[in-house]
Amino acid sequence: MAEEKHTNGEPGADLNRREFFVRLGLGSLGIAAAGTVAFGYQFLSPNVLYEPSPIINAGKPESYALDSVTLDVNSGIYIIHSKEGFFSLSAVCTHLGCLTAWKPDSGIIACPCHGSKFKRDGEKIEGPAPRPLPWKRVWLSEDGDLMVDRSVDIRPMEFVRV
Amino acid sequence: MAKPIAQYFEDVRETRVWRSIFRSGTGASTLHRALAIQQNVFLHLLSTKVRRRMLSFSATWYLGTLTFGTFLILVVTGVLLMLYYHPSVPQAYADTKDLQFVVSSGLFLRNLHRWSAHAMVFLVFAHMFKVFYRGAYRAPREFNWVIGIILLLVTLLLSYTGYLLPWDQLAFWAITVGSNIASAVPLMGNKIHFLLLGGNAVNANALLRFYVLHCMILPLTAIFLIAIHFWRIRKDGGLYAHHSEPATLRAQEAKEVR
Repeated sequence: MAEEKHTNGEPGADLNRREFFVRLGLGSLGIAAAGTVAFGYQFLSPNVLYEPSPIINAGKPESYALDSVTLDVNSGIYIIHSKEGFFSLSAVCTHLGCLTAWKPDSGIIACPCHGSKFKRDGEKIEGPAPRPLPWKRVWLSEDGDLMVDRSVDIRPMEFVRV
Repeated sequence: MAKPIAQYFEDVRETRVWRSIFRSGTGASTLHRALAIQQNVFLHLLSTKVRRRMLSFSATWYLGTLTFGTFLILVVTGVLLMLYYHPSVPQAYADTKDLQFVVSSGLFLRNLHRWSAHAMVFLVFAHMFKVFYRGAYRAPREFNWVIGIILLLVTLLLSYTGYLLPWDQLAFWAITVGSNIASAVPLMGNKIHFLLLGGNAVNANALLRFYVLHCMILPLTAIFLIAIHFWRIRKDGGLYAHHSEPATLRAQEAKEVR
C-alpha cells in the first residue's frame, strides 16, 4: 500500500505523522529544559537571608566629637561629625569591597587592598576605585539616637543637624 | 629448592581467584601484555602500546602524570580533612585550628593538601607550556587542548573555593575581593555575585556553597574531564612525538620524492 501524504497547502501540512510526533517530542523536551533552568535559577537564589539588618543604631550624637571620623568595623560605615552636621559614609571600598580605614594624620580615607584614597566626604582622590564612597541615609530616632540605613544611598552634602 | 621471586608472582597470577579478577590472563607475549591494558577498566583509557622512547623523562618530563599524582594526593588528603571540618561559621575556623594543633597527623595532612594544591597549579601550567611549545596542541589533538584549558580553569576554581574554607581574615577578604570581581561581568554581574555567595556578603551561605563546590561539584567535574583527557591521548594517536607524526612523515616523503 502506498504511503499516504496529505498535502493540501495548509501550513505544516507537509509533515507526516512521524515527523509531527518527533517535533512534538523535541518541543516538549525544550520546554522542560527551559523550565529546569528557571527552577534551577530560583532554587539557587535564596528567598530569605539571615544577614544583619541594614539599619544601624549609632548611639547618641554627643558621643561623636566635632570634626571626628568614626569607623564602625562591624557594620562597615563611618559616622562623621563635621561643622555642617552629621553624615555617614559607606566604609566599603567601591573597587572590590575591602574595608577602608580613616587616616587621621593625613586626613584621608585609604583602602588597604589596592591603595584607593578618598577625601573625608567620600570624594575619590586616586586609586582603582571607580566611584566615590556613597553617603548613607542618616536620621535621629525618637530616643535621639543617630540611625543609619546602609541600604539607602543619598546625594552627598545632605547633613543632619542636631 | 628456592624459586626465583618472579616465580612466586607468576604462581599468584595463575591462581583461580586472580584469574577471576583479571580476565586477560598471564604471559609475556605481546598479545597478553596488550590485553592486560585493554581489559582493565582503568587502564583501557590509555594506549595499549607506547613507544619506549616516549616513556623516558625527556619526552614529557612526566608533567601530566605528576599533575594527576598531585590530584590523587589532594583527593585522599581532602577526604580525610573532611572528617574533622564543619563548613559552618562558628566551627570552620576552630576546626582548622584543631586540625593544626589537636588532631593526630592533622598538621601533616593539611600541609600536604596545601602544598599539593600549590604544586598542582604549578604543574598544570608547566604541562600546558610544554604541550604548547612542542606544538602538541595541533590537529588532531585540538579538542584535547580545549579539555586541558577547561581543566586548568577547574584547577584554579578548586584553589579559589578551597581558599575560603579556613574562614580566617585572609580567606574572608580574598573571597570578598574575588567575588566582587565576578560582579564586574556586564549586565548579570550582580546576579552572579548573589548566586555565588548565596547572599549579598561573604557569610554562612557562601561558606557552604564554596564547600560543596570544593568537595563535590568541582572534583567530580575534574575526574570526568581527566577521564576524557586521558582517553583522547590514545584516540588522537598516543603521546605526541614530532618525528613520527603523520604530518612530519608526509613532509619527509614529499621531500624524498622531489
